Amino acid sequence: MLLTLFEHRKSLSPTPLVNTQDKSLPTVTIVVPCFNEQNTIQRTVTSLLQLDYPKNKLSISIVDDGSTDSTWEKIQTLQNNPQIEIFKKENGGKYTALNYGITKATTDLVGCLDADSFVSSDALRKMVQKFQDNTEVMAIAPAVKIWKPNNMIRSVQYVEYTYGIFIKKIFSMLGAIHVTPGPFSIFRRKVFAEIGLFKHAHNTEDMEIALRMHRHSKKIENCHDAFVYTVGPDTFRKLHTQRLRWTYGFLRNSIDYKDLFFNKKNGNIGFLTLPFSVISLVGVVIALILSIFIGAQNLSASIQRWSVVGFHPRLPSFNFDFFFAPINGFTLITTLSLVIAISMLIGAQRIAQGNICLRDFTFYMALYPFIAATWIVRSFYNLVFMKSTSWR
Amino acid sequence: MKKNDIIKYILAFVITGTIFITAFLLSDRLSANRMENIRSVEDRISIDILSSETQFALLRDSSCKQFSDSILSQELNTLAQKLDFMERDLGTENDEVLHLKRYYSLLQIKDYILMHQLSERCSIKPTSIIYFYSNKEECPDCVKQAYVLSYLREKYPRLRVYAFDYDLNLSAIDTLIKLNKVERRFPALVLPDNVLYGFTSIENVEKHVPNIKDLSNTNASSSASSTISTK
Repeated sequence: MLLTLFEHRKSLSPTPLVNTQDKSLPTVTIVVPCFNEQNTIQRTVTSLLQLDYPKNKLSISIVDDGSTDSTWEKIQTLQNNPQIEIFKKENGGKYTALNYGITKATTDLVGCLDADSFVSSDALRKMVQKFQDNTEVMAIAPAVKIWKPNNMIRSVQYVEYTYGIFIKKIFSMLGAIHVTPGPFSIFRRKVFAEIGLFKHAHNTEDMEIALRMHRHSKKIENCHDAFVYTVGPDTFRKLHTQRLRWTYGFLRNSIDYKDLFFNKKNGNIGFLTLPFSVISLVGVVIALILSIFIGAQNLSASIQRWSVVGFHPRLPSFNFDFFFAPINGFTLITTLSLVIAISMLIGAQRIAQGNICLRDFTFYMALYPFIAATWIVRSFYNLVFMKSTSWR
Repeated sequence: MKKNDIIKYILAFVITGTIFITAFLLSDRLSANRMENIRSVEDRISIDILSSETQFALLRDSSCKQFSDSILSQELNTLAQKLDFMERDLGTENDEVLHLKRYYSLLQIKDYILMHQLSERCSIKPTSIIYFYSNKEECPDCVKQAYVLSYLREKYPRLRVYAFDYDLNLSAIDTLIKLNKVERRFPALVLPDNVLYGFTSIENVEKHVPNIKDLSNTNASSSASSTISTK
């Protein structure tokens, strides 16, 4: 990955903005599926209305997927805007709302935006420029950031998403993006005619459509500076539910698309992204088991010691002897990995134009693997026992 | 897959392999340096003991006041800690570790003999503990016993504790076992007046070692193994 980054380092420069005076600009529909989003829907639509793009070429299609709160009333207040179309349907899941909007669309490009996300005003111009640069590109994924990381859970996600922007950019260079995220991915409309609409896909339709595009050799790229802000879960419970859905969805989709693994025709998606992701998940589980085992061993030894000699807390000794420094193959590799992780973070900060504080980074590195292990283990459990996940 | 990608995968594999090999070579070199360090400590101890024996012979006819614990080796404790570290790092069956451990055991025996000669010369009762454990057998009580002995060494800095692996296959240790009539039961503690088997608590050890309370003075030597091998 780092080799690829070095090879394509020039592509990290800012994406040029498409000329809005250009009469050949493609028309765009943004579909906003929503279910019980009364708190965020208006701000989401407002951010779309503020997009720097010719108004006659941008439509917004809001699809209420049978909300039970006041989302529909909030949506109705927007219907007088000529750019906006509103629809209400029976609840059928996010993918059905997306498909409803897509089938109504007649524009060149169709995008989707989750109703808890907001776009930066220049995002669409940058993404359209990418489509114009390469006519083979069928979808563009944006750079997703966390909206107002105002507590520890969100701050950790902020670090994670910043890394995500960096990783996604490299995957884009390799032609190996495996998710077109719900917040503001844009597609050429014709791609749906060629490969079909969104599917339920174990509640991860944005991953499934990306894998289906790879199966049909459709190109997906990333626009690293088209920023979209999403409201991250603010509690561990909500985060766990969201990530369980994502991880379980990834595992099930990986099985459904197992033909992509190590398939020369599909390139790096099968040789790098998918195996790398599976190995990472298994690695976290193994690391968790090992940590619990070593922790239990140390605790047991301490309890045994206390039981025979009593508890005698001592101040740490400062007599440093290099002989006892824990330097071995494992610690050297770990240190090198940490250096690479920090270097990547610095690179990610530059690309994502973010600002990560040391406290959040430390928390992310030290605790996040253990937090993540909870939903990863549960995902494997659900996979084995065929238990599906819920959206919320 | 493009040709460029294949070249990149090969290059990434070579770079990663080089990093791993370099890390493990460095680690190996470091272990070798540590072993060298232990060897040099053992040599220093050997010279210390030889020097003490010579000093003892020279002062044979002198007053007992001219002797002190300080003629006993000062570095056995450091050596014990380093060997314990290497045992954990490379394993108890590592040939190099076993070799250094045999040498260390011999140095302990020489220190023990010297201490006894000193005690006889000055008509004082020797206060040492010989501890036998086994690395070949499962011995959960040996772990507990090691905690007790390490604690006692901290509490009584002048108490000399000698720890021996029963199965180290060293004739000097076998002789020590025969002399003290130590059975093959672990942990075994050879105390001044008797041999105790199985886990022995702090209180029991204190009860069986006469004048142990006098050994809490830290002014004298701090040697022998304060970190007792846990196996």
